[in-house]
Amino acid sequence: METLMSFLVGILFMIGTYLILAKGLLRIILGTSIISHAVHLLILTMGGLKTGGPPLLGLKNTSYTDALPQALILTAIVINFAVTALFLVLSYRAYKLVGTDDMGQMRGNADE
Amino acid sequence: MSWLHTMIVIPFIFALFVPFLYKFFTPRIHTGWFVFIVPLLLFLSLLKYIPTIAEGKTVYHSVPWMPSLGINYTTYMDGLGLIFGLLITGIGTLVVLYSIYYMSKHRESLHNFYVYLLLFMGAMLGVVFTDNVLVLYVFWEMTSISSFLLIAYWYQRKKSRYGAQKSMLITIFGGLAMLAGFIMLSMITETYNLREMFNQVDVITAHSLFLPAMLLILLGAFTKSAQFPFSIWLPDAMEAPTPISAYLHSATMVKAGIYLVARFTPIFGGNAEWFWVISSIGLITLLYGSINAVKQTDLKALLAYSTISQLGLIMCLLGLGSAALYFGYGDEATVYAAAILAAIFHLINHSTFKGSLFMVVGIIDHETGTRDIRKLGGLMGLMPISFTLTIIGSFAMAGLPPFNGFLSKEMFFTGVLNASQMNIFSMDTFGLLFPTIAWISSVFTFIYCMILLFKTFAGRYQPSKLEKAAHEAPLGMLISPILLASLVILIFFFPNVLSHYLLQPALIAILPIFAESGGIDVKISAWHGWNTELFMTLGIVGLGTFMYIYLKKWSGVYGLFSQRWTLNAGYDFAIERMERFSEGFTNQYMTGFIRDYVVYIFAVLIVMLGGSLWLFDGIAMDVSNDAPISLYEGGVVVGMIIAAITVPLAKSRLTAIIAVGVLGYLVSMLFVIFRAPDLALTQLVVETVTVALFLLCFYHLPEFRKATVPMRFKLTNLIISIGVGVIVTIIALSANSTRLFEPISSYFENSYDLAGAKNIVNAILVDFRGIDTMLEIFVLTIASLGVYTLIKLRLAGRD
Repeated sequence: METLMSFLVGILFMIGTYLILAKGLLRIILGTSIISHAVHLLILTMGGLKTGGPPLLGLKNTSYTDALPQALILTAIVINFAVTALFLVLSYRAYKLVGTDDMGQMRGNADE
Repeated sequence: MSWLHTMIVIPFIFALFVPFLYKFFTPRIHTGWFVFIVPLLLFLSLLKYIPTIAEGKTVYHSVPWMPSLGINYTTYMDGLGLIFGLLITGIGTLVVLYSIYYMSKHRESLHNFYVYLLLFMGAMLGVVFTDNVLVLYVFWEMTSISSFLLIAYWYQRKKSRYGAQKSMLITIFGGLAMLAGFIMLSMITETYNLREMFNQVDVITAHSLFLPAMLLILLGAFTKSAQFPFSIWLPDAMEAPTPISAYLHSATMVKAGIYLVARFTPIFGGNAEWFWVISSIGLITLLYGSINAVKQTDLKALLAYSTISQLGLIMCLLGLGSAALYFGYGDEATVYAAAILAAIFHLINHSTFKGSLFMVVGIIDHETGTRDIRKLGGLMGLMPISFTLTIIGSFAMAGLPPFNGFLSKEMFFTGVLNASQMNIFSMDTFGLLFPTIAWISSVFTFIYCMILLFKTFAGRYQPSKLEKAAHEAPLGMLISPILLASLVILIFFFPNVLSHYLLQPALIAILPIFAESGGIDVKISAWHGWNTELFMTLGIVGLGTFMYIYLKKWSGVYGLFSQRWTLNAGYDFAIERMERFSEGFTNQYMTGFIRDYVVYIFAVLIVMLGGSLWLFDGIAMDVSNDAPISLYEGGVVVGMIIAAITVPLAKSRLTAIIAVGVLGYLVSMLFVIFRAPDLALTQLVVETVTVALFLLCFYHLPEFRKATVPMRFKLTNLIISIGVGVIVTIIALSANSTRLFEPISSYFENSYDLAGAKNIVNAILVDFRGIDTMLEIFVLTIASLGVYTLIKLRLAGRD
């Protein structure tokens, strides 16, 4: 399962990178979104998969899966949500202001 | 923190308050009056150290700064440091007083001026009172930076900016070379402390890095002290306000190079290379400066070249005197040690007379509106006090009695005459060059002193060429140069007092072999009988007067040298070339397209990660511990891959957004399978909100356009994304197959005992790593504020 997950993470990274290299803003945002999914799965895989029951003490399991990666991912999911939201609104605003969502045309001023 | 530490820090701390003082009291009280207290206080407290130092004692304090790196903030005061400290604070006091009248409180941005000035003062005190070479380097560069800021004080002027850049490039270049030298020394001695280096002179001398370290440190000293050929920055530094020229560019900062040479004489002195490099560069600088000073028409440029020349003189003396260490303690050493004494003596004398001359030139500029000697003349009757001060200053500089310059000039001649008798370092071949060049330079020195004096004050008064009608300066402006000029005369009459309290202790600091005898037995006196030195001076006065009178007849010689091959032209050419080259180079990769920058980042990621994995043999694959794959799980994974591939291929935005949504929901399925209920719940909620947000926003964004990306770009994109995918897969596989440490999560499994929580993940989030979570909420808050402002903000005149 870990090997399969490793390949899945690699594929998600590949597609995410391809999207980030695109010109349209929406594609870039979708790309970051996919990459963050990949990162979450990567962290989870690193902790070992299905090594025990859910990390809930009330269930009286003898062993639990690693809880630390889960805590890290939980933080990451929320932060990622914040970043995506900000990014979306920023692109909306930028499009309104500049009139394009093409990164090739957003180049700043010559004297910057 | 000792008082010595505190003294270095005081100017920096006071600088923090200057902007407020400026804001609250301008224009009622000139900001300078507040600043004036700082150098005065420091000067007075330094005076208290004189008796201690004169007894041959030193002051040493150490405060750990970066103990793990062996860097301590160590202060140390000996005779050499004390002289510099007194010059920095003493002349600093006078300069601040002078600046109160020179800098208008109505027109100038005084807060900048005084902040820079205090920054310099603190840094310079740091340079001379520190014992750690790295700390010394930091302070050294700070003086370069404050000098840069002060030269560019009138930054609206093109010439100020040019001069500031020039001084910065040259001195910082030298500073970096010096740092390399310091590091070599500390590699040899395994210490950063000067005191400890002095104990290992034998080790350093025998080491193969001896010569490189020496030359690099000298590069720092020569650039700072404007030695030939690095002297070109000093004349352009005259764009700074005149109080600054008097302070930094004649009395203190340019002497930092002299300080460095003197400070390192115990390590390098007594070697032929040290002797030759310093004395010959000093001699060349002396000649170069004095010859160039004669042709200047701007009074400040004249003084700048004369400063270069005088610095060369001091440098040359330090080089000659270093021979004393070759002989060890004895009579022969004493002969050469006298040259060191002369160097320190002239250093002080130069600060007094050059300081007062700069201030007088500032007065002339202030009261007539020009410094051009072709426009000036006949000011003798109009500005009698300034005239008297100029007589004192320029006669001292020319080496005439009864002024202090005469004494040190005679001692300089003694030094070069003794050097010509030397039978070491192959001096028997070149020895005679020293007195000859010294004498020629002194003739030119005499000529420019006369130009300074008579072209300004004698001759015809030409009011039509002046911006203002000339009149004497206000008293406040005259106090500082009068004090300096009276020192010029006082030192002439009581040189041995100065010698006992300041010069001899400094000599011991430079030549430690004399520590036990308490200095050398040299009485400085004005009259030595009819000796060679006196005849040399008489010759200078004779030939100098003759040449000055017939200046017009021979000054055409200067026109014979082409302006195309000067040092300045070389500098300008190099700068222009480098600018063009770096601009072209930068434009090659700084394209302004975000895509290109992202490509760089990913390319570096692939090369660095892949490269290091390959280099350190980190690639591994081990499937033996893998958990089994059920059909259901395989189905979810295949679904995810399909969803992910749909996104880049999708023709419409809606498809792409929904595909990403599917992907997110499938991720939460995986979380369920992998026993992570909290993650699954959070992921479901967040994914739902995100998709909703996407659907809200995409309406406002344009349709996917038919890709107009060229094939070449597409191919690069594809290669890079495949590269990233492969690298990440390899990392994931390798990391999974190599377990270096035991997991630490068993600790958290006691969460019920430790935190009273049955849900381990939650306990980690809110208890074990509570601050992390708090900061996470902080990020959310900032992001939501950002979203809110982006939606609500109205850009003026746009929406």
